[in-house]
Amino acid sequence: QTGAVSGRVLDEKQQPLPGVTVIIEGTQLGSSTNAEGQYLIQNVPAGPRTVVASFVGFSTQRIPVTVTAGQTASVTNIALGENTTLLNEAVVVGYGTTRRQDLTGSVEQISEKQFVKGQVTNPEQLVQGKVAGVQITTTSGQPGAASQIRIRGGSSLSASNDPLIVIDGVPVDNGTLRGASNPLTLINPNDIESITVLKDASATAIYGSRASNGVLLITTKRGVAGEKLRVNVTSQHSIATPVKYVDVLDGDEYRALVNARGSALSKSLLGTANTNWQKEIFRTAYTNDNTASVTGSMGKVPYRVSGGYLGQQGLLINNDLKRFTGSVGLTPVLLDGKLRVDMNVKGSWIDNNFSDQGAVGGAVFFDPTQSVRSSEAQFAPYGGYFQFLQPNGELVALAPRNPVGLVNQRRDRSTVKRSIGNIQLDYQLPFLKGLSANVNAGYDIQRGRGTTFVPTDAAADFNRGGRNNNYGQDRDNLLLETFGKYNREFGATRLELLAGYSWQQFKNTEYNYPEFRANRTVFQRAVAAYNGDSTIRQQYNLLSFYGRANLNFSGKYLFTATFRADGSSRFPTDNKFGYFPSAAFAWRLKDEGFLKDNSTVSDLKLRVGVGQTGQQDIGGFYDYLPRYQLSTTTAQYQFGDQFLRTLRSSGYNGQLKWETTTTYNAGLDFGFFGGRFYGSVDVYQRDTKDLLSFTQVAALVNLTNELNLNVGKLQNRGLEIQANVDAVQSERFNLSVNANAAFNRNEIKNLTSVSNANSVGNLVGGISGGVGNTVQINSVGFPAQSFYVYQQVYDQQTGRPLQGVVVDRNGDGVINGSDRYQYKSPRPQASLGFGSNMNYGKASLAFTFRSQLGNYVYNNVRSGANFSSNSLNYLYNVTPEINASGFTAGTDQVLLSDYFLENGSFLRLENVTLGYNFGSLAGENTNFGVSFAVQNAFLITNYSGLDPEAVRDGNLGIDNVVYPRARTFTLGLNLGF
Amino acid sequence: CIGDLDQTPEFDAVPDVVYRDPAQVKQVLARLYATLAVSGQQGPAGQPDITGIDEGFSNYLRQYWMAQELPTDEAIIAWNDGNLPDYNKLTWNANNNFVRAMYDRIFYQIALCNEFIRQTTDARMTERGLSDADKATIRVYRAEARFLRALSYWHAIDMFGNVPFADETAAVGGDLPQQRSRAEVFTFIETELKAIEGDLMAPRAEYARADKGACWTLLTKLYLNAQVYTGTPRYNEAVFYANEVLTKGGYSLSPAYRNLFRTDNNRSAARNEIIFPVTSDGRNTKTYGGMTFLVHAPVGGALDVFAADSFGIAGGWGGIRAKSTLVDKFDGGANSSDRRAMFFTTGQSRDITDIFTFSQGYLMTKYRNISSTGVQGSDAKVNGGEGNFIDTDFPMFRLADVELMYVEAVLRGGTGGTTGQALNYLNDIRRRAGATQLAALPAGAQGLQTVLDERARELYWEGHRRTDLIRFGLFTSGTYVWPFKGGATAGQGVAARFNLFPIPTTDLVANPNLQQNDPGY
Repeated sequence: QTGAVSGRVLDEKQQPLPGVTVIIEGTQLGSSTNAEGQYLIQNVPAGPRTVVASFVGFSTQRIPVTVTAGQTASVTNIALGENTTLLNEAVVVGYGTTRRQDLTGSVEQISEKQFVKGQVTNPEQLVQGKVAGVQITTTSGQPGAASQIRIRGGSSLSASNDPLIVIDGVPVDNGTLRGASNPLTLINPNDIESITVLKDASATAIYGSRASNGVLLITTKRGVAGEKLRVNVTSQHSIATPVKYVDVLDGDEYRALVNARGSALSKSLLGTANTNWQKEIFRTAYTNDNTASVTGSMGKVPYRVSGGYLGQQGLLINNDLKRFTGSVGLTPVLLDGKLRVDMNVKGSWIDNNFSDQGAVGGAVFFDPTQSVRSSEAQFAPYGGYFQFLQPNGELVALAPRNPVGLVNQRRDRSTVKRSIGNIQLDYQLPFLKGLSANVNAGYDIQRGRGTTFVPTDAAADFNRGGRNNNYGQDRDNLLLETFGKYNREFGATRLELLAGYSWQQFKNTEYNYPEFRANRTVFQRAVAAYNGDSTIRQQYNLLSFYGRANLNFSGKYLFTATFRADGSSRFPTDNKFGYFPSAAFAWRLKDEGFLKDNSTVSDLKLRVGVGQTGQQDIGGFYDYLPRYQLSTTTAQYQFGDQFLRTLRSSGYNGQLKWETTTTYNAGLDFGFFGGRFYGSVDVYQRDTKDLLSFTQVAALVNLTNELNLNVGKLQNRGLEIQANVDAVQSERFNLSVNANAAFNRNEIKNLTSVSNANSVGNLVGGISGGVGNTVQINSVGFPAQSFYVYQQVYDQQTGRPLQGVVVDRNGDGVINGSDRYQYKSPRPQASLGFGSNMNYGKASLAFTFRSQLGNYVYNNVRSGANFSSNSLNYLYNVTPEINASGFTAGTDQVLLSDYFLENGSFLRLENVTLGYNFGSLAGENTNFGVSFAVQNAFLITNYSGLDPEAVRDGNLGIDNVVYPRARTFTLGLNLGF
Repeated sequence: CIGDLDQTPEFDAVPDVVYRDPAQVKQVLARLYATLAVSGQQGPAGQPDITGIDEGFSNYLRQYWMAQELPTDEAIIAWNDGNLPDYNKLTWNANNNFVRAMYDRIFYQIALCNEFIRQTTDARMTERGLSDADKATIRVYRAEARFLRALSYWHAIDMFGNVPFADETAAVGGDLPQQRSRAEVFTFIETELKAIEGDLMAPRAEYARADKGACWTLLTKLYLNAQVYTGTPRYNEAVFYANEVLTKGGYSLSPAYRNLFRTDNNRSAARNEIIFPVTSDGRNTKTYGGMTFLVHAPVGGALDVFAADSFGIAGGWGGIRAKSTLVDKFDGGANSSDRRAMFFTTGQSRDITDIFTFSQGYLMTKYRNISSTGVQGSDAKVNGGEGNFIDTDFPMFRLADVELMYVEAVLRGGTGGTTGQALNYLNDIRRRAGATQLAALPAGAQGLQTVLDERARELYWEGHRRTDLIRFGLFTSGTYVWPFKGGATAGQGVAARFNLFPIPTTDLVANPNLQQNDPGY
């Protein structure tokens, strides 16, 4: 007794889907759909059955049907939704989107589902640990602090190593703005739909001059045509606490130390208190982050409007950030689908309250035997805070100031406003099928204004009578891009051509104000520039022509070639333009006959590519021009009784040109078991030549001693693995795991025009302790920023380091700078990320681990621990290192000893989030969810300092005292209706 | 649209505008002088001239002072900044960042002077349509620029021997310079100074400008050291040019020695002794090098209490002390009645066993930011400042030095002077100091030792000592040692290569035309 079943399978756009496998569950009966998406299955036993339709790249659907003997049961149309983790996913690339399966370059797209969850306030944190080869280091726990983003190790030495960031088609200004600590803070992470990382040259070369360090494409959320009005509200509330404090001596320990080893003067300065200064300046901080969005479609105009408010307290007292964000996006399709419009306006308003960041380091080292406040009369002029004073009641000039006084006696605020917007028109030209024209006009404007107030009774600015200053800076960038695109299919061959033109203008305006005392009297007048104006205006322009050709032979053989010509106003006439070509080839083995029907292998693609990208971001705007610079009024020179503001002929490099990086990349994309295990492996080599190095220019040749010159070569080689497993897929329980690993080797190949055996390289990596001391070096044959230290000698009996005794490595009988050696690197040998999402019914659990292996850290907090019987009229605390080493002087052989280098390998549970979705509690089409998250949940490391992920002044691997990262507990609520 | 790629700064000047205006040309000239005093275009710091070292350290005067004093018997510094401790011990190498900073600063100044001299030729001035009167004014400026260039080339050969050479005929960003021998550069300096003598202003015409007096003094220094630089003694010329200063300059000794190092040394009678100063001003000429360094660095310990009242600063930096060899130059040591023995001993020991312990070694109270009448400087807290920056000018060349050079040149056999006159000069200096008068000048080696010791007492911490010790053959030898010479606490001789600083590796790498002076480096 059998019947038949027939029906039709469509995609989300109601288009027929051919080739879909349709079976009757629990049987061997099945069929696949024809070109019209239709199927017919015969000989189905009568009774209730389930039809299962499945197709690579789409989610599987089950439809119940009752089969009656002798009849053909008609099943309602089955609509298959695209499965975004799979091959048909649209991936955002430069100037367009493409299907994942058609990619020829190394591109990783992370979309909302995979984002790091929990209390994420900066966009880059969404993908921290998610992408192989992208190292995102949080430099500080300060609200709104910038992260250091490095893609594939960084291709430059002196020039910027920051990637290019493009938000909805607008390349944004990475430059710093006064009053803002991180330009990316201005985007509400809740508005972001996906972040795409372009890593190899075939993907980035279309961005030419600014793409050498990779490209991050940020796409914000949009409304969808025909969608009903939908409101989504999220609200997150979190508590942040310090994870641990820097281990320093407590009051009693410190008293014992000074009494044992200090001078009479030092002993006389000791107090009787036991103050933990770090606990005095840090607090448990509260943060709330709220976003409301409305999406829908007004007639033919899909829209999304959102507004957000973030109120984030820092761990440091008086340090907080308030951010208001708003965005409007309209995406109408007009003229019968011929004209697609994409309009975006995003705005943010941030009020920063910086407190006094100097207190963070100050609290670590301040004398723990003193009390915070004192009622003694001598402290009354300083607001009652304890300070180190001379016998006559004046401040000891070089002494550190009371950290609690610093944070309480300073108001340091800024307001930063930023708006990014663009309108993009894409018009399909009527006279030639497949030809479209695209115009994109955008802007990125920023305003930073700030005030700093220090009262007259604050020790920090006591001698000058307090401080009441203001500052301001504007950045205005404009973008105009236009490109044409041509698509044509010749049988199984598809051709896509793109050619465009881009114009960008970057304006920077800085306002000079007088220096004021607290009572607003002028301490120092504002300085007028040469043109008599006290405002400094700078500008640079970029002008580009670019093109791309994609050729796709039956989906199996994919060719991409790009070319970009970039002009920058930063270079002299003959060198303004740089030319950046790339070519790539991909071979989809899966579509070859021998794999086509293999059910284990669901995808296999080989990619190879080569290309060049450039670098022009050297900071200066006019570095190639002869200029005479007027001095400030405080650097005048006296002739007779007259002071003259002087005019300096500044150094310039008339031969400045682009730095060029050539990248070779080979990759393999794979998918197995119906796409449940998929990922990619990439190997690459990146050779940078004509490095823009800020380096020595031969004496007498120029008007300074160091300039940006195009000398040197740098190489990065690496391997990246990205793997995802959808381990369990069922109606109630789903578990997916993603893991990534990256290995990068960085080596300086050449630094100078002439080689010299005595040339050690360029010292970098400033540390605290002495003035101008550096612990890192750029040397040929070593990774950039390798440590450059003395080799410590230890006591054979006790194993303790011998103070100032280091190995005479060059054997000349003299210990001097020639005995330092390159030892270890702050760069990790391996960076690993591991994350998982799972849900069981309405409950979900997600976590992200990050790990780095083989990265070394110079522990600058420990290296400062020496105690001498000195004649200073103030005291400062030290770490317990003093008991281990017993060092009494911070000579260079002590300070720069390899004894203070530590392995900084770590494993961090970046985030773990537990969620429960109550579903439609409040009626149809509503949704209500709660989540609980812990950020920075734990850190496993042998590193003895606070945090091995240390960056000091942009130098990786130097752990000075930094604003600690908090551990954050977040309660999140989500309501949709 | 391609034109958008041509951007020019509106807040900076371009050469063609600057050199059409004599007032702006004067500002460029002032900048050449300012190289000696400040560290960049923003006082005290922010727009450095040279990089690769902390901006305050990079200051010309600070570097020059450290190179000339710290390796000698006069001074020691406690700080652990970079390779600075090597200066105390004479153990530097070609990678020393302070040697490099001195070298870079000297050649920076020469390059800046070359640019000015290149832009102010008669041909360029005519091309830019300057009037004859303006041309005449600028011709004097140009002579001053050539003096400043000669001064720096003298520093270059004195410290670095055979050095790269370029004059105004070289273009900015052009060919790599060739190395010239010390003797060749000596001849260049000599020729230049004689060529500009006529164009320079009369002695003392305007304070702080390089005039004929400065030119004669530099010639005297050049000739007095000619034996070292060229192998040929030129003591006759040394006497001749010392005499030019002494007889035609109109200079006179400051009645009080200490007033030479006070804020009003540009106004008080001390001004009459100063031939060429490096100016400093608490409000208008700010730097963390120069006089700021020289006033702050020796103050610390128990002396810090007096920072405001006696030194016009908010507090000392606790760095520099005297070596015991300087103390011993004075009869009665630290308690000498000699008015130049400005030692502060409270809480300080005479002897030094640890370079880094500030309480070891006596302090010197020579440089102060208070006036001859005790008024604190313009940046002192009592005057509404922060107590950081200094009004006192540095007397780079002064009369007493020229008088002592006269004495020495005569004793070394220079003709054109007399031992009687020499004795008078020596006794004038000693009289002012309150030291006993000498009845006669001892002859030969003993006489020379007398002059060298007098130079120590009179000119200590003024940046002369290294050159003096080298001229007397004592800088590297084991016959005369001082604490930490050669790294030993008691001192020991060092290799002869330390008579010259090495050409920094950074420049050897940048310019293949250069060879290291001594292969030992």
